[in-house]
Amino acid sequence: MISDPFTYLGDLLREVLVGLGLTTGQAAALIQFLGAGALATAVLLLTFLLIWAERKILARIQDRLGPNRVGPYGLLQTIADAAKLLTKEVIVPDGADKLLYYLAPPLTVMSVVGLWAVIPLAPNLIGSDINVAVIYLISIGAIGTLGIMLAGWSSNNKYALLGAFRSVAMLISYEVPMVLALLVPTMLAGSMGMVAIVESQRSMWFVVLAPLAALLFFTSSMAEAGKAPFDLLEAESEIVAGYNIEYSSMAFGMFFVGEFLHGFTLAALTVTLFFGGWLGPGVHTYTWLGLIYLLLKTAVVYFVVVWVRGTLPRLRIDQVNAFNWKFLVPLALVVVVVTAVADKLATSVGWGRTPAMLVANGLVFLGTLVVMQRYGRAQRLKYEGRAAMAPEPAGAPRP
Amino acid sequence: MTPIQILFLVTALAAVLSAIMVVASPRLVHAALWLIVTLGAVAVLFVLLDAAFLAMVQVAIYIGAIAILIIFTAMLTRRVMGEAGPQANRSWWLAAFIGVLLFGALLALLVQVPAWWQATPPTIGVTADFLLEDLGASLVDLDRYVVPFEVASVLLLAALIGAIVLARPAERSGGEGAK
Repeated sequence: MISDPFTYLGDLLREVLVGLGLTTGQAAALIQFLGAGALATAVLLLTFLLIWAERKILARIQDRLGPNRVGPYGLLQTIADAAKLLTKEVIVPDGADKLLYYLAPPLTVMSVVGLWAVIPLAPNLIGSDINVAVIYLISIGAIGTLGIMLAGWSSNNKYALLGAFRSVAMLISYEVPMVLALLVPTMLAGSMGMVAIVESQRSMWFVVLAPLAALLFFTSSMAEAGKAPFDLLEAESEIVAGYNIEYSSMAFGMFFVGEFLHGFTLAALTVTLFFGGWLGPGVHTYTWLGLIYLLLKTAVVYFVVVWVRGTLPRLRIDQVNAFNWKFLVPLALVVVVVTAVADKLATSVGWGRTPAMLVANGLVFLGTLVVMQRYGRAQRLKYEGRAAMAPEPAGAPRP
Repeated sequence: MTPIQILFLVTALAAVLSAIMVVASPRLVHAALWLIVTLGAVAVLFVLLDAAFLAMVQVAIYIGAIAILIIFTAMLTRRVMGEAGPQANRSWWLAAFIGVLLFGALLALLVQVPAWWQATPPTIGVTADFLLEDLGASLVDLDRYVVPFEVASVLLLAALIGAIVLARPAERSGGEGAK
């Protein structure tokens, strides 16, 4: 029981249910429903803590205190905020498409919570070990895009529609490098199932085998989650607020919850795909340790997410799209091809897998640096030439 | 009826009804959203057939890419919140007739499948995983589908390049942004 409490709990529940007069099949189905409900509730409750943590870390980065009035260390601030949001009126704008207006926030939250269904939390503890989990991640993400689009359109507000357009343009673009980066762990593990991907990192974490793919996945999922510097989804200073401008009360709160949870979820996905998921010492004698390991690793990656958010300024929409199409996508394509070739070569020639992959990644990294240096130099020459040709001397040369 | 059969009937009904709504809905964006419901129902049908891969691909490509693109374009049209008037024109009966004809033809084909009416279809003797691997292998097999696969890839690449060429500004003057 102490070594594997999750299986023990499941068996206990099954025995109780069968004892109550259900058939084994019904009991299994009921347990699956209960498990799904418990997982979703736990994840949503976690958001309370995440919002507090994110605000606290951001405040420290910006030399502030952050929430510190409600509860110890301001821990209850989020609950107070949620209570405030709940008591407010949901205002539906004139001429809005009511059904779609109400459908959009739950869709957005659902697309984030749904990701947790395929994240292995510990050995024998996973929502659903489907063998196409990687494609599932992509298709669930599409539903989030749909939610944002519906929100922008159904509000009957030009600013909301504009905000939705630029958000969706960004989300669709960044799906490309994300999918390509997802191909790398799939290739290395030889499976699209999350459990198989975690198990095959037993000898070596994929972040060592494929550091570039890990970075690519992390960056593009930051954009998918709308985290700074990619937080164009709610650029207050430019487009009022973006797609959610007409939402109030808990309808707005749902978008908010979805966004904060997405940050933690992308950290959990990065950990599962590249940092060994629940793997750690002693995890096979005490499976509950796996959950602790996963949460610890995820917390570290999540801190990086918040750290980046606190340090980098927001990019312009053209910079965001240029960065994706001119840098991330070509690099991701090269990484996928190089990974496939290096992996095959390493196995056929008989080198160790880790050094072969490391050398391949290092070569790609060096190549990227050289190309970027050339590009930067060309840009600089162009600007300097333009400044020299200008009739009056331009002030400071543009970078 | 088994629960699976009930589920199948409900899903199939949802797919058909929402497909009708796609052509009957007076609002363009609503039509696109009904299309998503149809495609989602088809994805559920794939799941019921034990083809999880096809179901996921259905959602990722048809809902995630194509339907979003359709909505995107529909939203860029003018007066998108308004209704476009009645959807049926004079020759609606012709379309209905062709639809019935097509259904009949498909049914005639289906009847030729041995034991199509049985509640439990005869097992095919291979697992879903094997079929999926077979599908993947057949796409790179010279004797099977490698040529259609490559032709489709080239076609998509041509469309990609065409889109970039169309979107380029007509004349490029010097550097980017032209001052």
